[in-house]
Amino acid sequence: MAEQTAEREAPPPPPSAPRRRRLALPERIPVRGTILVILSIAIVLGVVIGTASTLRTGRFTGANWIDLVINGVARGSVYALIAMGYTLVYGILFMINFAHGEVFMAGAFTALFAAFALEEHGVLNSNPILSIGILFLVSMVTSMTVALLLERVAYRPLRGAPRLVPLITAIGASLFLQYTFRGLYSAQARAYPRINIMEGSWTMFGAAVARAQVVVILGALALMIGLYLFIARTRTGRSMRAVGEDKEIASLMGINVDRTIVTTFAIGGLLAGAAGILYVFLFNQVIFTMGFFAGIKAFTAAVLGGIGSIAGAAIGGVLLGVFEAVGPILFLTGAGIDSPNQLQPVVAFGILVLVLIFRPGGILGAPEEKRA
Amino acid sequence: MKKHKFALLTMFAALSLIAAACAGEDTPKGGDGTAPPGKDLCGADEFGCVEIAEGDPIQIGTLLVISGENASLGQDSQNGAVLAMDFRDTPGEIAGHPVEFNHQDDGCSAEGGQAGATALAAEPQIVAVIGTSCSSAALGVADTILSDAGIVIISPSNTGPALTDPATHQPFYLRTAHNDSIQGAAVANFAFNEAGWQTASTIHDGSPYADGLQQVFADTFSGLGGTIARQEAVQVGDTDFKPLLTDLAADQIDGLYYPIFVAEGGLITAQARTVGGLSDTDLAGSDGMFTPDWIEAAGADNAEGVYISGPDLTALADPEFYENEFLPAYQEAFGEEPQSVFHAHSFDAMNLIADAIESVGFDDGGTFKIPRTALKDALFSVTDSPGIVGNFTCNENGDCLPCATMSVHQVAGGDFGDPIYTEELCLEG
Repeated sequence: MAEQTAEREAPPPPPSAPRRRRLALPERIPVRGTILVILSIAIVLGVVIGTASTLRTGRFTGANWIDLVINGVARGSVYALIAMGYTLVYGILFMINFAHGEVFMAGAFTALFAAFALEEHGVLNSNPILSIGILFLVSMVTSMTVALLLERVAYRPLRGAPRLVPLITAIGASLFLQYTFRGLYSAQARAYPRINIMEGSWTMFGAAVARAQVVVILGALALMIGLYLFIARTRTGRSMRAVGEDKEIASLMGINVDRTIVTTFAIGGLLAGAAGILYVFLFNQVIFTMGFFAGIKAFTAAVLGGIGSIAGAAIGGVLLGVFEAVGPILFLTGAGIDSPNQLQPVVAFGILVLVLIFRPGGILGAPEEKRA
Repeated sequence: MKKHKFALLTMFAALSLIAAACAGEDTPKGGDGTAPPGKDLCGADEFGCVEIAEGDPIQIGTLLVISGENASLGQDSQNGAVLAMDFRDTPGEIAGHPVEFNHQDDGCSAEGGQAGATALAAEPQIVAVIGTSCSSAALGVADTILSDAGIVIISPSNTGPALTDPATHQPFYLRTAHNDSIQGAAVANFAFNEAGWQTASTIHDGSPYADGLQQVFADTFSGLGGTIARQEAVQVGDTDFKPLLTDLAADQIDGLYYPIFVAEGGLITAQARTVGGLSDTDLAGSDGMFTPDWIEAAGADNAEGVYISGPDLTALADPEFYENEFLPAYQEAFGEEPQSVFHAHSFDAMNLIADAIESVGFDDGGTFKIPRTALKDALFSVTDSPGIVGNFTCNENGDCLPCATMSVHQVAGGDFGDPIYTEELCLEG
């Protein structure tokens, strides 16, 4: 595709020039394409050499790598679940709901108080499955409520407005929510009480895998499969796809567009709430700013996978998580770079740029994505 | 027509007001021969005098971290400073004037330090500032802004070595906290001699405090014959440190020293417990994590056994006063026990300031005047002045605690408990 563009940019031969005049060499080489190819070859070479020399040092055992990959998949699963919210909303409204990270934070932070109450009455560890169920319920309902309020108050009145307007509103709403929750629940980092059955680890593939990570990966997978089936098989799912195709025609076909959009926000909120509890299983800590970074990562995951695509968001999230966890150590240690883990974002976002250069629509996105 | 006239009138009024204001400013500065001696002192002072009319309060600023995850660190110091005023000869007063505090937040960041220091520097009546909590809020930010304004700033808890390094020290900056060249060395001595570490790695978060402290530790530790495997860094706001910890575990280190703050310190503590290769590795932090909030953030069972260093509050210069008068008064005034470890340093800082104000301030026809540069000089010439934490002697770089006893605690049952190791060290030179 890059080559086509470059050819188009070459000046047409002047009318008076003799036909089939051979282009001079510099004109025949598509400059942009060449630079991109050289750049990517350099990056790939760097990655391969770095990886090879890291592996040759023998610093890390196989169990270490498995551990790192599972760690990456676990955090990637959380990104993926949050990314569902971005991708669903984009899929039908073509807008980026930047306040979605805060929807995630709202659930996780609110459920903290449910956890405290459960612990105080001794239910948390005497009846852990029920307690975890309650935590999920509280978090998901809170996140869904925030998402619905967001849609009703901040986005619906602006539905006909130019694209930039809801984007700015979303950023405003994001800050508003962050500081509202800071006011409500304090600015401290708060730790969840321990849930004993989530502690400890199982031995898999020769490595000790924390129980929490297994629960997070399986939980996220189940929710994403559920979402996929919901969109593909149910009536509501079909109307969501129809509204995404064309709002006007969908409403002519008897679909209630407003209700469909509300449903979409509700589902995104529910998944973000669930992601909040999974995040807590992994990191055990909540703070009012946690939604910001998680939101940025999840948005990146959605774009990486191809925004608008559910499977894409899932793949994007997991890939991003794994690259963050494994990438710096694997690529950079061997290259002799100090403190490679500080460069996590460099690796993760470098991959994003690389993917977007060659597949502007993302991994599973249509090559000619609807322009945002 | 009428409107026009009114506009002219307001313009005149405004102009005359400006003129009056300018004149008012001119009069005290235009020193003539007949002025009382005090006027000369003020005129001669590069930054002039703070003038306090009869019955007006003396304003003291505080610039400590009182919000966010490190709030317990700063609130503790703020309470210490406020409490100091209750113990003056005439409680709540300096030289017959009531003391009024202007509390600002340093946010434990350079941005917070800049905002707070700018706000305080803009107040002409601020005599002195107690702050900051975090070295990052002071270094190149609050210390510079306030020094440029001629306002003396004395920190109860900045420990970063760079703040009193001759190359970066600002003229109006002092501290009653220990210099981390003491703390880092004490932790390294403990780790090598007592805990038996042969190899260690460190983690800092890019703040001047953490970076300075781990560097002193690393230098001392290698000087003792230990091996520093890695000196790593994390970003404030990161949550997943498992890859980093897995990486560090590959060196099979005896100890990991991460003198950072509550949120990341808590996460690293918790995640280190899940990394197989670190199960035999000792963990250690310093006074940035010396608060129950860190134990809560890490989870008490994860924090179990972690070494935490800090100023030794059991080896105070005046333990009787601390136990029998300070702590009960603190409990009564604020309804809780001190949450962190710099309340006594802050108490002492406030007393140094109050003593200095009393020594350089003078009465000039009912107005109390405090020449700013003289106030600073008085603080820098403090010698052997007794306080709770030690005897203060301020050197030319602003370090007022030449010798400090550092202690290491080991968390047990969710509590820091009594120190398991103490060592007194003095600054070199």
